[in-house]
Amino acid sequence: MTASALLAACSSDDGDTPELIWYTNPDSGGQAKVAANCTEAADGAYKITTQVLPQDANQQRIQLIRRLAAEDPGIDIMSIDPPFTAEFSNAGYLADIPDELQATLSEQSFEGATTAATWNDELVVAPFWSNTQVLWYRKSFAEKVGIDMTQPVTWDQIIDAAAQGGGKVAVQANKYEGYVVWINALISGAGGDIVSDTEQGADASIDIDSEAGAAAAAVIEKLAGSPAAPADLSVAQEGQAGATFGSDQGAFLVNWTYIWTNFDEAQPEVKEDLGFARYPQTVEGEESHPPYGGIGVGVSAFSQHEKESMQAIECITNAENQGVNAELTGNMPASEGGYEYPPLAEIYPQELLDLFQESLDAAAPRSVSPYWSDISGSIQSTWHPASGVSPETPADSKSFMREVLDQRRLL
Amino acid sequence: MSTTVATPAAKDPQPGKPPKARMSDRANAENRLGLKLVAPAVIIMLVVTAWPMIQALYLSTFRYRLTSPDDKEFVGLGNYGTVLTDGLFWQDTWNTVLIMVITVSVELVIGFIFAMVMHRVIFARGVIRTSILIPYGTITVVSAFAWQFTFSINNGWVNSWFEWLPWIGPDTNWFGDHWPAMFAIMVSEIWKTTPFMSLLLLAGLSQVSEDMIEAAKVDGATWWQRLWKVILPNMRAAIMVAVLFRALDAFRIFDNIFVMTRGAQDTESSSFLTYRQVIEQLQLGLGSALSVLLFLSVLLLAFLIVKLFRVDLAQARGEG
Repeated sequence: MTASALLAACSSDDGDTPELIWYTNPDSGGQAKVAANCTEAADGAYKITTQVLPQDANQQRIQLIRRLAAEDPGIDIMSIDPPFTAEFSNAGYLADIPDELQATLSEQSFEGATTAATWNDELVVAPFWSNTQVLWYRKSFAEKVGIDMTQPVTWDQIIDAAAQGGGKVAVQANKYEGYVVWINALISGAGGDIVSDTEQGADASIDIDSEAGAAAAAVIEKLAGSPAAPADLSVAQEGQAGATFGSDQGAFLVNWTYIWTNFDEAQPEVKEDLGFARYPQTVEGEESHPPYGGIGVGVSAFSQHEKESMQAIECITNAENQGVNAELTGNMPASEGGYEYPPLAEIYPQELLDLFQESLDAAAPRSVSPYWSDISGSIQSTWHPASGVSPETPADSKSFMREVLDQRRLL
Repeated sequence: MSTTVATPAAKDPQPGKPPKARMSDRANAENRLGLKLVAPAVIIMLVVTAWPMIQALYLSTFRYRLTSPDDKEFVGLGNYGTVLTDGLFWQDTWNTVLIMVITVSVELVIGFIFAMVMHRVIFARGVIRTSILIPYGTITVVSAFAWQFTFSINNGWVNSWFEWLPWIGPDTNWFGDHWPAMFAIMVSEIWKTTPFMSLLLLAGLSQVSEDMIEAAKVDGATWWQRLWKVILPNMRAAIMVAVLFRALDAFRIFDNIFVMTRGAQDTESSSFLTYRQVIEQLQLGLGSALSVLLFLSVLLLAFLIVKLFRVDLAQARGEG
């Protein structure tokens, strides 16, 4: 009796209200606001507390996996980057989403978002936001060099235009996941894939040594050898690329949707000059396939509140909350319904919202494979730095990747 | 009532070896008590240090990925074969040895100069000693970030301050090539740990008898001769300890590389490679093989340094 009294005294003020711990990627308050909204909407059925993961996507993966491998019950809900969804699911770290909820989520989400959230024909995470890249450009620069940005442009064209006008093409080419995002988009834009048959796991077919791979390598080689390459090309992540674009030499930038509000306060003159267009084509006349990013929300298989967590992810990913998150963070919704959230129309021009959705429709997600980190690491090892990329790079990366997947060499 | 403790019969000393002094009953009893007193600590140490090594040895015999536990497969020494025949392993080992040799050498020289300054300084001794030791009080990750910003192409001061040098310009990307990146990493390492070296050398310096130095001076020895013939030989044990500690520390270099390059431009070290296999790739088998090899390398290094300096550690501890 004494023990029961002590335990009761130690319990929270909310009595039996389960506390769901949601591990989020860092943002500017969007997920915390959504958590508060859902806690309120739950009306005592559960309350959500957020914990923030590291900035780097790979570090987020590492932190979550280490705890999930130890079957840590301290994680209920997780924000997971799409390339790692299959790995988490394949390892048995994700609780099964009830069929009914899967149907709801599939119905409301963009096709690309559903594809990225699916493993073994099951939706294993709830698509929350879907990001894509577009081509940002300085209107004054495009005017100066006389390039028509109302028509689809190729990588060759923007590299030549930037070189001619003394500008820079800002890309993400540090040795990290963001560089693989660019390479994947270039290869997809030429009609190819990095890998296929990913359901075979480590025995997936490696397709990078192809015409599409060669076209991608040609673009990178051309930019790296051009005066249009930023001096910090080999260390450029999203932030550095944004800084290059904001400098006097800024001409073109490929980057995520949040760029639209990035310069609002810091460099309003850059915002004034900011233009946007569809992601550049790898091959002239062939439709570009912009990068796909985003976040899916999954429930830990070791959560002690699985039922409440499923209710919570349904709330977190409903259309309105996707809109709330987009308004606060610039990370766009994973559903058409989310785009209808009225405040978004006040922040973004309608043609930009249309471009985002068009880009999502055409986007090429990175291959959904439980071995994505090996695949990505192999590409980073063989394609970095950009100045070292040559026509032999696709073949080198294929043989390297095969050995890594067979665990015959170190990555 | 007292009890008599039987002493074992003394054996004939082996020819050529000095006879072992027979211990009294009291000394034997004290020894036994001492063993009992230290036993819990020894057991805890074994559990803490030996168990992980045994676990690593065991894991290193498997092909085992944390996210595919069902595919665990016994491969014997296969992982060691994979590691030792991989060019990346040797590249990273070379980087590690290079960083260790260069940084420890530079730190030994600068550290000795700092130790002399701290030893001889008459005015503002506290301020000077504190100033020299400040970098060592800085957390390595913080110092790595500071130096990364320093060498940054976007906002670092190195490019603007040293623009007058022919090979440095506003567009010099220090982290864009192997050697400049290695240089930046080593500068950061040297800045951070030279004070540690100087602290150890200061301890050695303060043990050198002033009488000997004075005697050498009276005999007409120059400053250089006093340094080489009197001061340094008498500091041999302290120098060995300083070099040993720093070499082992440098051999485990991780933080600076993690922050500054993430291993890009072939700047990876052995411990970074091990980290990536175990933590990032979750290859527990391969990663364990690497950690065992790293452990053996550290043991070998310690052995070589002790042999190189020919210091009797027991004598250095005053037990001789």
